[in-house]
Amino acid sequence: MNATERSRPRPLSAKGRRVWSLVRKETHQIVRDPSSIAVGVVLPVILILLFGYGLSLDVMNVPVAVVLEDPSPDAVELAAGFQLSPYFEARLLTSMSRARELMLARQVDGIVRIRPDFARHLSLGDAEVQILVHGTDANKARIIQIYAQGAVGQWTARRAAEGKDVAGGPVIVRDRLWFNEANDSHYFLVPGLVVLVMTLIGALLTAMVMAREWERGTLESLFVTPVRIDEVLLGKTIPYFALGMVGLSLCLLAARFLFQIPVRGSVWVLAGGSMLYLLVALGIGLLISTATKSQFVASQVTVLVSFLPAFMLSGFLFDLRSMPAVVRAITTILPARYYVAILQTVFLAGDVWGVIVPNAAVLAIMAAVVLLLSRVITRKKLD
Amino acid sequence: MSAAGGNPPVLVGRDIRKTFRRHTGDVVKALDAVSLEVGPGMLTALVGPDGAGKTTLIRLAAGLMTADTGELKVLDIDVAADPQQVQERIGYMPQRFGLYEDLSVLENLNLYADMHGVTAAERRERYPRLMEMTALGRFTDRLAGRLSGGMKQKLGLACTLVRLPELLLLDEPTVGVDPLSRRDLWKIIRQLVHDQGLTVLLSTSYLDEAERCDRSVVLQEGRVLAQGPPAELSRKAAGRTFLAEPPAGQTARGLQARLLDDPGIVDAVPEGGQVRFVRAAPEADPVASVGALQGAAVVPAQPRFEDGFMILLRGTAAAGQALAGSTILDRPPERYGDEVVIEVRDLVRRFGSFAAVDHVSFEVRPGAIFGLLGPNGAGKTTTFRMLCGLLPATSGTLRVAGVDLRQARASARQRIGYVAQKFSLYGPLSVTENLEFFASAYGLHGGRRRDRIGWAMRQFELARFARLPSEQLPGGYKQRLAMAAALLHQPEILFLDEPTSGADPLARREFWRRISALAEQGVTAIITTHFLEEAEYCDRVAIMDAGRVLAQGTPAEVRRRARPEPGRSPTMEEAFIAIVEAARHGESPHAASVGGDA
Amino acid sequence: MLEAIRRILGLTWKELLAVLKDPRGRITLLIPPVFQCLIYGYVATYDLNDVPYAVLDRDRSAASRDLVARLDGSRAFHRLADLYRTEDLKTAIDERRVLLVIGIDSDFERKLLLGQPADVQVIADGRNSNTAGTALGYVGAVVTAFNADWRAAHGQGGSQVRVALRAWYNPNLETRWHMIPSLIGTLTLLQTLLLTAMSVAREREEGTFDQLLVTPFRPVEIMAGKALPSVLIGFVQATNILLVAQLWFQIPFAGSFLTLYTGLSLFLLAAVGIGLLVSSIAATMQQAMLYSFLVMMPFALLSGLATPLSSMPKALEDLTRVNPLRYAIDIAERVYLEGAGLDLLLPDLWPLALIAIVTLSTASWLFRHRVT
Repeated sequence: MNATERSRPRPLSAKGRRVWSLVRKETHQIVRDPSSIAVGVVLPVILILLFGYGLSLDVMNVPVAVVLEDPSPDAVELAAGFQLSPYFEARLLTSMSRARELMLARQVDGIVRIRPDFARHLSLGDAEVQILVHGTDANKARIIQIYAQGAVGQWTARRAAEGKDVAGGPVIVRDRLWFNEANDSHYFLVPGLVVLVMTLIGALLTAMVMAREWERGTLESLFVTPVRIDEVLLGKTIPYFALGMVGLSLCLLAARFLFQIPVRGSVWVLAGGSMLYLLVALGIGLLISTATKSQFVASQVTVLVSFLPAFMLSGFLFDLRSMPAVVRAITTILPARYYVAILQTVFLAGDVWGVIVPNAAVLAIMAAVVLLLSRVITRKKLD
Repeated sequence: MSAAGGNPPVLVGRDIRKTFRRHTGDVVKALDAVSLEVGPGMLTALVGPDGAGKTTLIRLAAGLMTADTGELKVLDIDVAADPQQVQERIGYMPQRFGLYEDLSVLENLNLYADMHGVTAAERRERYPRLMEMTALGRFTDRLAGRLSGGMKQKLGLACTLVRLPELLLLDEPTVGVDPLSRRDLWKIIRQLVHDQGLTVLLSTSYLDEAERCDRSVVLQEGRVLAQGPPAELSRKAAGRTFLAEPPAGQTARGLQARLLDDPGIVDAVPEGGQVRFVRAAPEADPVASVGALQGAAVVPAQPRFEDGFMILLRGTAAAGQALAGSTILDRPPERYGDEVVIEVRDLVRRFGSFAAVDHVSFEVRPGAIFGLLGPNGAGKTTTFRMLCGLLPATSGTLRVAGVDLRQARASARQRIGYVAQKFSLYGPLSVTENLEFFASAYGLHGGRRRDRIGWAMRQFELARFARLPSEQLPGGYKQRLAMAAALLHQPEILFLDEPTSGADPLARREFWRRISALAEQGVTAIITTHFLEEAEYCDRVAIMDAGRVLAQGTPAEVRRRARPEPGRSPTMEEAFIAIVEAARHGESPHAASVGGDA
Repeated sequence: MLEAIRRILGLTWKELLAVLKDPRGRITLLIPPVFQCLIYGYVATYDLNDVPYAVLDRDRSAASRDLVARLDGSRAFHRLADLYRTEDLKTAIDERRVLLVIGIDSDFERKLLLGQPADVQVIADGRNSNTAGTALGYVGAVVTAFNADWRAAHGQGGSQVRVALRAWYNPNLETRWHMIPSLIGTLTLLQTLLLTAMSVAREREEGTFDQLLVTPFRPVEIMAGKALPSVLIGFVQATNILLVAQLWFQIPFAGSFLTLYTGLSLFLLAAVGIGLLVSSIAATMQQAMLYSFLVMMPFALLSGLATPLSSMPKALEDLTRVNPLRYAIDIAERVYLEGAGLDLLLPDLWPLALIAIVTLSTASWLFRHRVT
């Protein structure tokens, strides 16, 4: 019939036009819904600022009480070492009971106790400095311990240099931290931030908007047109892919210019890896929304299977090497893990192909699998 | 264009079966051995009560579902085997058209035009026509979410008509649409069928719409009861349809209620101050053996499709079973004599500079049924929300049982019952749980609560669904549950916002029977509706448009406002359209109230 | 009054039914917190138990072998390779095969025997500087022990300062002890907040809210009826996590349950208040969900759970004072590990109460005035 011929002039360009039209439609919707702007743009910016300026694992200015029970010059000199250290905010006390009170009220996180007979023991060769830390935050406590030992060590070294009789260790550790010489935790937090932003836009937003179409019944009328499922999916994927790239650029610009984090590898490798991850995230979002068809369930499932794992199990915050074997085995199916590996390497180490190639390959396979799967399970059917 | 006649049918279904499994595990037969044909260039209507399988059948034809067994060919293509090819050539408008509410009218149209590959040149030619037909031309930049219900439906139709489909499937296109928009929609459809040879299959619960189709297919519980030209079905009622004039001192509503109780009567509805009734069997003397007709003047009437339909339905599954619906309160409200129960004076509500309700005044006396009629966006729901205290008024006086519910103590709401436009009870909760919740909301507890819930279960025949989640109730029972919940605390005043929208003819009769019975017992009801024939059940009606009351009075008084054609008394629908159109064209300076304004 | 209480209880019961009748609802509310607690109990630790390292031993003496053996002997280290060339060192680290490379000079033993200081180079992969720092600390500890033994064995005296370390409340400094009590607040916050925000948004979207408003319920009663079920569900979740902490991870509970639950109830009220506030702003369920998420993320990040509050800039640390999670974590930790009583917790309790009062009353005001 006449109408049929007119409706399909050239199959390929018709397909392209349909996809383009769906992309435009989706873009209008993104721009007009305050909540998708909130999650797609505002939240990434908040996260960038928080990660850049707020969060840090570096422990500085730890409040400690230095209990000086020995008035000898040696002891006073040692106490002064704590007061001068940039890591501590030392309060000099003379009574241990007062220090305990402060610790109980959590006004100090640690107590350095120099006993009354310190100087005498020092001359005998076995002086002791007692360091008590508040152990509830174990990580912080351990860092405090290391700093405190360091402060004592410096004092010893100084004395040795002055020729006073103090034996340093026969073996001296000279450590170097590659890639992050300044030991700045932003160096590894910001790559993690990129993972969070990409997951947020890729999986959470996509899962919600696709589920919304099922819930509001907008797909029912759309389905009864020449549109194909792959076109509907592409129409969803492309705008959120673009939004993800905007998020990525924001993060990169912030990393480079606000936080002065080096990008030692090439930006193109970074972009390529991010695109692969974004595709996986989008695929997961589409899969979840098609499987649940409800915004509430989709959001819950997305948070559980994509967002929290990206946060907790990807190795950006908690090192994979700390995890028990079972959990580590679970992380091998999480895309975020591979993305974090690529990001940390490209940001801080450079284009190390030995890391990039295998991780990118896994991401590419995952992207192919989830996108194909979402293509297969999304059907133009209501029953 | 192809003409009707010798051409092969556009849609052929043979022995189609489709079952669904509920969450509770029981299997529902949606379609049971359905066979039908849709001829080219024809308008075919699918009619039947809720749950008859109309939507399922249309979805099967659209390739959105697959039948369990049977054969369905659309445009000579097996839909199950190649749905895509069918979808490229047909047009489909689901019950709830999935407009993108955050896209503008034009953006929605463009999206569908793009999907169908309509070229720019074709758009230039086609859009102006669509805009003219739908009268949406002024609103092309408005977001679809901001359109009224009727305009949304028109836009949905326009989206499916961006190119001329070879078959147009419409699933209840006029539900929730006011009479004016409904008339416009029908004009569009008829024009397309007539001028361009479009083939249409539509489902509807308005039987007057079915009557205007070329063919009708009556479905009930998944089976085809009858198919053929509507006149064929109307003929079933020939010689059995009569009009009765209620004797002096009786209302049409009262007579209708008594007639419905008579086993010899299949159907009775008020119509233009009289009662149209259908006898179970033809009888030479229409009054014979019907006690309720004593003293009434009875004349034979022209049978309508609806009369035949009722004969068909009541003659089958529910055969002989009396229509449910009489509701007896165990403690009718005290009579207040003749004092006014609801008083609205100069009520105004503005949203920004737009006056949704513009100096509206009316009053309702105890035990009366007051109908608020008007097109979508006339301000009926806004008035309602102000009366119920859900929305503050911008100015004016408003009294419900002597108080303004917005300011009064919360306990004053004890005296009202409210049934919202769409089903608004808690879907996942069972019937019992819903009733228990509303009982506690109204402060019923202990034995009193048990009694009232027992009463509701009995009166509304809900006991067999007691444990079913309310969202899974059949349509008519949802309505019953909503009424039951609103009546648990025995309110004196009932607010009902489009309670019959989307309900099938049986459910609507049942509903009105209950309302009549409640009014007889002294309950005051204020109600909005799009079914103008239902205005006949009301004691007084007010017609609203653009925030103003255009006419007010008894149904008879309002009907008289229409310019009568010689030899025939106008229907309420004609009167309504005449009044609204006159007001819109500024022809009616005396647009205040007719009849005795109290 | 009695009437009001009956109505509130009726609404509470309805809310609980609406959430818990659906098996999906039951599962999403009860299983994930326990599951997450289990997983994160294992994951959320900065302790290392598998540090892969390589050795570039140019000395190959008894002393160098002894040092390496000590590293291998500690459970945390795991020697992946012996390197022979300096170039290999770079690839081993670059490709993330090892976290550390220990370099020992060829004159290591000679210097030691002469009583001169001998260097050991340790190169760490700083891509995760936190992990690297911890690993370096471990190396330091092993070397210190080596030094002490060497001196004792070779009679090299000299005065020495020992550092005696002790940690209160968590003697072995296990991160898990810190993490799991913190999860009580963190995991319950997300779901109580979301549950509350959604329950109102859903009623709005489905039109049941109007139905509710025309009943004799007062706005305050509706609020209470919406808040109570979320608080109850929050209690159940918190209790589940507490059970996992004690029965599975066997972390000793030092405090009193009464104190903990007092703190928790204030915290849950604050969380519910925020949820109600979100719901009075959101028009749809989607918005309620996304906005909850928008407030939840900063709350979680600025709570001190993953990164210490004291490392934040002052301005930001002040900002965390409106974050209920910050107080909840502090309360849970201190009651659980320190056994702190209500008197010590006062600085945490009153801000929570304040947050609860402010959010609940604002939400209640918005309830009345946003009804359009």
